[in-house]
Amino acid sequence: MLLIKNGRVIDPASGTDAKRDIWIDGSRISRIVPAETQAASSPSTNGETLDATSLVVAPGFIDLHCHLREPGGESSETIETGTRAAACGGFTAVCPMPNTRPVNDNASVTRSILERAAAVAATHVWPIGAASTGSRGESLAEIGAMQKAGIVAVSDDGHPIATAKLLRQVMDYCRALDLPVVDHCEDSSLFAGAVMREGVQSVRLGLRGMPAATESIAVGRDVQMTELTGCRFHVAHLSARGSLDLVRAAKKRGLQVSCEVTPHHFTLTDEDVVYDTRFKMNPPLASAEDRAALIEGLADGTVDAIATDHAPHEAALKDVEFDRAPFGVIGFETALALALELVHSGRLSLMRMVELFTIGPARVLGKKRAIAPGEAADLTIFSADHPWMFHVKQSASKSTNTPFEGRKFRGAPMVTIVDGRIVYRRET
Amino acid sequence: MRVVEKTQLMSATEIDRTLQRLAHEIVEKSGGVANLALIGIRRRGVPLAQRIARAMHGIEHAEIPVGTLDITLYRDDLSKIAAQPVLHSSEISFPVDDKDVLLVDDVLYTGRTARAAMNGLFDLGRPSRVRMAVLIDRGHRELPIEASFVGRSVQTSDREIVEVRLNETDGEERVMLVERVE
Amino acid sequence: MAERLRDLLSIEELTAGQIAFLLDEAKPFQEFQRHPLKKLATLRGKTVALAFFESSTRTRISFATAASRLGADTMNLQAESSSLKKGESLLDTARTLDAMKPDCIVMRHSSSGSADFVARHLDIPVINAGDGTHEHPTQALLDALTIRDRRGTMENLNVTIIGDILHSRVARSNLHLLSHFGCRFTLCGPAMWLPREFECFGKQVRRSTRIEEALEGADVVMVLRVQQERLHEPALPLDEYILLYQLTPERLRLARPDALVLHPGPMIRGLEIDPAVADGPQSCVLEQVTNGLAVRMALLFVLIATGSEADEARGAHAAH
Repeated sequence: MLLIKNGRVIDPASGTDAKRDIWIDGSRISRIVPAETQAASSPSTNGETLDATSLVVAPGFIDLHCHLREPGGESSETIETGTRAAACGGFTAVCPMPNTRPVNDNASVTRSILERAAAVAATHVWPIGAASTGSRGESLAEIGAMQKAGIVAVSDDGHPIATAKLLRQVMDYCRALDLPVVDHCEDSSLFAGAVMREGVQSVRLGLRGMPAATESIAVGRDVQMTELTGCRFHVAHLSARGSLDLVRAAKKRGLQVSCEVTPHHFTLTDEDVVYDTRFKMNPPLASAEDRAALIEGLADGTVDAIATDHAPHEAALKDVEFDRAPFGVIGFETALALALELVHSGRLSLMRMVELFTIGPARVLGKKRAIAPGEAADLTIFSADHPWMFHVKQSASKSTNTPFEGRKFRGAPMVTIVDGRIVYRRET
Repeated sequence: MRVVEKTQLMSATEIDRTLQRLAHEIVEKSGGVANLALIGIRRRGVPLAQRIARAMHGIEHAEIPVGTLDITLYRDDLSKIAAQPVLHSSEISFPVDDKDVLLVDDVLYTGRTARAAMNGLFDLGRPSRVRMAVLIDRGHRELPIEASFVGRSVQTSDREIVEVRLNETDGEERVMLVERVE
Repeated sequence: MAERLRDLLSIEELTAGQIAFLLDEAKPFQEFQRHPLKKLATLRGKTVALAFFESSTRTRISFATAASRLGADTMNLQAESSSLKKGESLLDTARTLDAMKPDCIVMRHSSSGSADFVARHLDIPVINAGDGTHEHPTQALLDALTIRDRRGTMENLNVTIIGDILHSRVARSNLHLLSHFGCRFTLCGPAMWLPREFECFGKQVRRSTRIEEALEGADVVMVLRVQQERLHEPALPLDEYILLYQLTPERLRLARPDALVLHPGPMIRGLEIDPAVADGPQSCVLEQVTNGLAVRMALLFVLIATGSEADEARGAHAAH
């Protein structure tokens, strides 16, 4: 039994923003009452009481896009360390991408990931399976078998789905299975050899850049294919204004298109890139206009979810010349604080922010996320004001590739509850 | 480190008179000035060399060539200085081979500057003879170096510094003895 | 002069004062090249590591000669060396060299930012002899010295650069350097090598795809190599390039009559430059080479001649 007392409950599914007491029985929410109700009417609590005064209680956050590296890349991260970092970031469920070694393109890899997760993961693990075998873009992966084993979506992330012809096959197939297709939208010919966004900074640094069209050309292709097939389509890590405009237009036409934006893309720009591989990721940091458009999209509902694209790489891999470093930054533990920066500056309401971490991603997966009796007791309890400084040395992730080392924040995850168990509690 | 002026060693008139006297001595003891050339060691050796050459011109009515030598590249103590030294060009427009060279400097002290000057000089050719003329010899030699022509010998302690100030380089004309004070 | 130089990674991070200082320090070394005995003891006992991960003959020989004439010894790493072929990383190679305690590293590498990367990991001074398409600082210094000597000034000149500007570290370094001195730039080449972003490089930078237009009124014409080894995309056919961008005597006449022609070398006569121009009275290519030696001697002198004991006495490392 767990009682969460006097928290400000923000539940987008019901539109609630009020003080509530929440009882959790086992892995489910059992009761919710207004916080003024006296303890007299409460059942005897032979469990713990959590005082959530001055904290926000939200449905458990979902990260639609991350990399846990296990199997095959355990020196950079494991399911255990990755989910622990996710819990420290307030996430209760994560969707790891299939670009592991071996690629998660068949049911036995899916099952082994889920077995491992059942043993050691701090959060729910909802894997995304490969769209093509080995994500090589040649033939369909065993999507149906993987769905039975437990995948929630398909993607060839790391790569775009290679050809329009393959995309059509994948979408036709997934539509029948009611699985969303997530695409890493990128035109390979424009991308080839590039390491950052094309612009003044790339020219100054002498680094090969890719134009914004690299992403939006692929988004355009995928939107048309959605229209053709009727499949649900989700744009991974959208970074450009042009891509956002295409998604907005598609939604207006009633197509089932959704998209996610990462915290680093709504915080940083290509002007922040110097010869520091902690600023190298794909899609690369974009222009200031793109960032402004993304923030607008987060606020007006064009963007459905904030997803971290947490991409750990052990230090030795990243500590090389910029050209040679792998793309990717970690992000579980800074996501909420960075989103709160938008709330503090008035560009996002707190309710909208919570949507982007909860019902937004849930809807993409066809799931529910609510604080209501009978619902799973997955909760994210955070402070919107707690001042702290992010030091990657204290992170639970095995890797340290973050552009936010030393950043001062206001607001942090405080307690993370998965299936009624406290999986993270901040030490203050 | 502060520096405190102690005494004036030479006034402007005394400097002038000494240079005139040196010019006469050099003419006497050179066995002819036809092959003679003066090379001033940067910085203050340069105006001194020019003045001595002018004085000798007055005496012998001969044009003695004057060159300048920057010894920064030949110093033996570069690793001890933290600041970045400014290099200047050496300008020696006459051939050094078989020349009777007279190095000119303001103060002769440890002898290391003279050693560096000779290294620099020998990079340019093989003089027939090298001698040295200085305005002040303050002793404390650390190398076997001697000046053939000395304006004045002065006894000094390690903490003292002999400052030669000339119009061309310092805007005033006198020789001061100053002391380092912690 | 303001700050003591510890590395030379780029022109962009130098002040006008530091640039002028380096050019002035090069003057005695220009004169030195005329001495019968070209050997100093100034850097005796010092070692200069030459780490050329990208092959280069001219720049490497220039730095090696500069070190040697100052009395220093050199350690030589060349692109064909077997350890690189075995896949040893840049960082490990640099650390291996560093373990042999050179007094500085001169490096050339095909990754932009590689000199900065190595400098962050090592305490000793690093000289960037060319990092990818980013900068080639000593080239810009010797170009500036050449211009200053020939023209009497490097201020307020019209400078035209012709070639593959996008991939040129020489162009970038020259833009940064001469912009400090009021020069106006015209960048000329095929459109795909002439991105708009270069106009943000200085207060007076314009672009043109037409060589005739670009040469009008030029005081200095810098001709870049056609870097066939650097093109990993569909390249312009060479005949097309020659037709549109070769610097011929007729085209050169569109510039000022006393305009200087500079080329970082090596030249391909008949490709980017007509032999008559390369050998003509306006060409400065040989002086560039001599000045390159002087500039590199000055740089080695400035970075490693002084201070090692003084630094140790203060307990300071040249840390970044």
